Amino acid sequence: MAGLTQIEDIRRIEPAAEERPDADRPAVMVPVDRLHGLMQTLRDDQAFAFDMLLDHTAIDWHTDGDIEVIYQLFSTLHGQYVQVSAKVPRDNPVVPTVCDLWPIAQWQEREAYDLMGVLYDNHPDLRRLFLEDDWQGFPLRKDYTDEDMLERSK
Amino acid sequence: MTVTVHTLHDRISPPTGADSSLQTQEYLINMGPQHPIAHGSLRIILRMDGETIREVIPVPGFVHRGLEKMGENLTSLQFIHLTDRMDYLSALMNNWAVSKAVEKAAGIEVTQRAQYIRTIMAELMRLQSHALWWGVLGMDLGAFTAFLYGFREREVIGKILEETIGARLTMNYIIPGGVMSDLHPDFVRQTKEVLPYMKKMIDEYDVLLSGNVILQERLRNIGILSGKDAIGYGCTGPVLRASGVPWDLRKTEPYGVYDKVDFDVPVGSVGDNWDRYYVRMEEMRQSIRIIEQLIDNIPEGDIQTVKYGGRIKIPAGTYYDHLETARGVLGVTLVGDGTDKPYRIHLRSPNFNNLWVVTKLAVGWRIADIIAIQSTLDLVIPDIDR
Amino acid sequence: MNFVHILASAGGPGPKTFKVLTVADRALEAVNTNLWMTALYLLLAVLAVAGLIAFLGMSLIYMERKVAGHFQCRLGPMRVGPHGIFQTVADTVKLLLKEDIIPRDADQLMHLVAPFLSLTATVLVLMIIPYSPTLQIVDLNIGVLFVTAITGFGVLGILLGGWASNNKWSLLGGMRAGAQIISYEISATLAIMVMVLFSGTLSLSGIVQSQEAGWWIWRAPVVGLVGFILFLIASVAEINRTPFDIPEGESELTGGFNTEYSGMRFAFFFLAEFINIFTVAAITVTLFLGGWMPLHIGDFAGFNHAMDIIPPVAWFLGKTFVIIFIIMWLRWTFPRLRVDQLMHLEWKIMLPIGFANLLLGAVLVLFNFYFFP
Repeated sequence: MAGLTQIEDIRRIEPAAEERPDADRPAVMVPVDRLHGLMQTLRDDQAFAFDMLLDHTAIDWHTDGDIEVIYQLFSTLHGQYVQVSAKVPRDNPVVPTVCDLWPIAQWQEREAYDLMGVLYDNHPDLRRLFLEDDWQGFPLRKDYTDEDMLERSK
Repeated sequence: MTVTVHTLHDRISPPTGADSSLQTQEYLINMGPQHPIAHGSLRIILRMDGETIREVIPVPGFVHRGLEKMGENLTSLQFIHLTDRMDYLSALMNNWAVSKAVEKAAGIEVTQRAQYIRTIMAELMRLQSHALWWGVLGMDLGAFTAFLYGFREREVIGKILEETIGARLTMNYIIPGGVMSDLHPDFVRQTKEVLPYMKKMIDEYDVLLSGNVILQERLRNIGILSGKDAIGYGCTGPVLRASGVPWDLRKTEPYGVYDKVDFDVPVGSVGDNWDRYYVRMEEMRQSIRIIEQLIDNIPEGDIQTVKYGGRIKIPAGTYYDHLETARGVLGVTLVGDGTDKPYRIHLRSPNFNNLWVVTKLAVGWRIADIIAIQSTLDLVIPDIDR
Repeated sequence: MNFVHILASAGGPGPKTFKVLTVADRALEAVNTNLWMTALYLLLAVLAVAGLIAFLGMSLIYMERKVAGHFQCRLGPMRVGPHGIFQTVADTVKLLLKEDIIPRDADQLMHLVAPFLSLTATVLVLMIIPYSPTLQIVDLNIGVLFVTAITGFGVLGILLGGWASNNKWSLLGGMRAGAQIISYEISATLAIMVMVLFSGTLSLSGIVQSQEAGWWIWRAPVVGLVGFILFLIASVAEINRTPFDIPEGESELTGGFNTEYSGMRFAFFFLAEFINIFTVAAITVTLFLGGWMPLHIGDFAGFNHAMDIIPPVAWFLGKTFVIIFIIMWLRWTFPRLRVDQLMHLEWKIMLPIGFANLLLGAVLVLFNFYFFP
């Protein structure tokens, strides 16, 4: 299967990557300190040639105490997709930025910071995107509350 | 390690004095959220030197409604009506994107009749969206009459859609499992009448605006975006195709019944405003071609495979699915936890990713050019903010 | 005294003799006989101009809205009065009653003065236009010079308005207007010069009378037509109409120099713009299309006689409104030029053509070469 081969290829260059289960496309999870290196190789190596960062977002695994950052990559050359993710602890969610690799990441990461609170190391201009600069809290987190919020009763 | 967080105030603190040998001073100007040409509420701060732009700082967020947070408490059927309100000019395609993701996650099949209806509706929506885009582009560049001509076309198509769907703007029609209601008995006949009319009108648009030398002067060789930059900035849709990258999800990963129809994908070469303009004009013609091939062949059958109102459980896992709206690739990341409400839903909106390239394109040009560039990027602001 | 007799052309019951008599002439005559008559004439002149401004304002704005509507496949005003003819009355009442919002940091005096300057410049030109042989307020023997001088003066209102508003968008609009109007005056003046060469006089009614044998637009070979086109384009640029309306570019500058104006002051800018359209059309008609001179075709005495029945003022108004319609037609069709493209058009294209036109015109006049003599 083309999918599995891809994961094996990735594991060959980056042994710390493991297959992320229960995803619908080739997906790997790496420790956050290996993230930037892997992304660089995925973009530059012509066998992969993932030149488009299609999407970047964060998921709040509240009960595990982690935030997972997910990157959807696409290769216009080969027409292939891969999903790369990393988990960081909720109380210190520092992730290396990839905006030196894909310029659009600069703003996708700002959105993730604004709504989820993920901090990006070496980001040139990390500030809130949608909310005011002095907003307290990160709305997309599962434990976010503020006085104006309305709760739906389940 | 600590990460420093900035504020907007740091960014736009007063510029330092003299710039060029002429001893001019740069100044900041605000194309605020209320502006005759902003296609919605988008604030853009420009740092200018005379009439030349030195830096573009978009400040979105005026239409941020927290759709993703709301999605965590709504079933997929309830969430569909929120998707209309993102890129409201491709409302049906937004509905389809989320429906498609849910169907992929939950493994739901859709009948052929529903697929035909979805495809035809999506192409009609694309025609309508591009007609409005053309009108607004004319108005932005000073040809006010174009605006009304574009809206006239939109009315004609909107009437047909309204008879079946019941709404003219926020459609809420394509749901997981099929479509919400069956076609109006007059739908096929009316659509067949509209198609030659639209063809004639698009030719008239070419004569009225595309051939105008003033418009060509305003659009040609301005805002040139190379293919490599377009990919790096995450542009999709006509913006990417105008820069020479022939990626159209309708061709490369066909969904609906796009694999059964014959159509071309217009691709530009230079990547300037003119290419972005003309790619969309050609896309209108191709949409008409697609509808012509499908309109007579809609199979009979059910329109829904899931009982309406039935709860669709999204299995645990991370799912991503996308499709091509009028403005680019709309992707949906669904994280399910086995219940009927997603644990996390994220919308990869095409306009959000197309917006930021303006920070690169407009530098060194004038105010009139940034307006032309924004028009040809065809941004719909609620889609940026979600 | 300024009586000019025109000799009838040879053959048959020739065309009418047009005697020009302006209100200033009558007033001057009356000084010798009865001072009250002088005062009456001057008062009539003032009232006539005021009435003309009011009438023009109402009708031109209504015409613009109807023309715009019909170009855009819609009807325009239809409700206030039959076919909306009282719409402008309603608009005027609204503008008069509206609050005058003045920005706190704006330069108060300049903010107040700017609309008056614009309107004054326009109204001054209205006084010397020959509407008919007997309907003219003053006929200056340097009429053309006066026109070019005063239209140049009109830019002051826009510049002041842009600067005094304390708003960066207004400033941009004002600066652009300054550059634009000053540049296009040159092309306009060059086109006017050609007609002065042919007519041999600077006075406007003299120019009209010199067109009795035929309007300059076709009688001056080629240069008349070229001059007409140049003058029309330059004038549209002078009055800030699309495709040259960047100073007020609605879609770019939110209103340009008149962003911060509301109520009566905005009404003055608005009125000045529309009266400017009339003035520019009237000057075009006077110089190129024969003013109040009826259409005469060579030897068709019967035709000429029929044309003479229509009163000269009707000729003048008819021709002027055709030109006004063309100017409005341009507005609702074309996109707008970018500011540097506009400058390029003037300095690199229209100016050389204007000079060549002038030289050719001079040569043609020297050799007495006219079409349809």
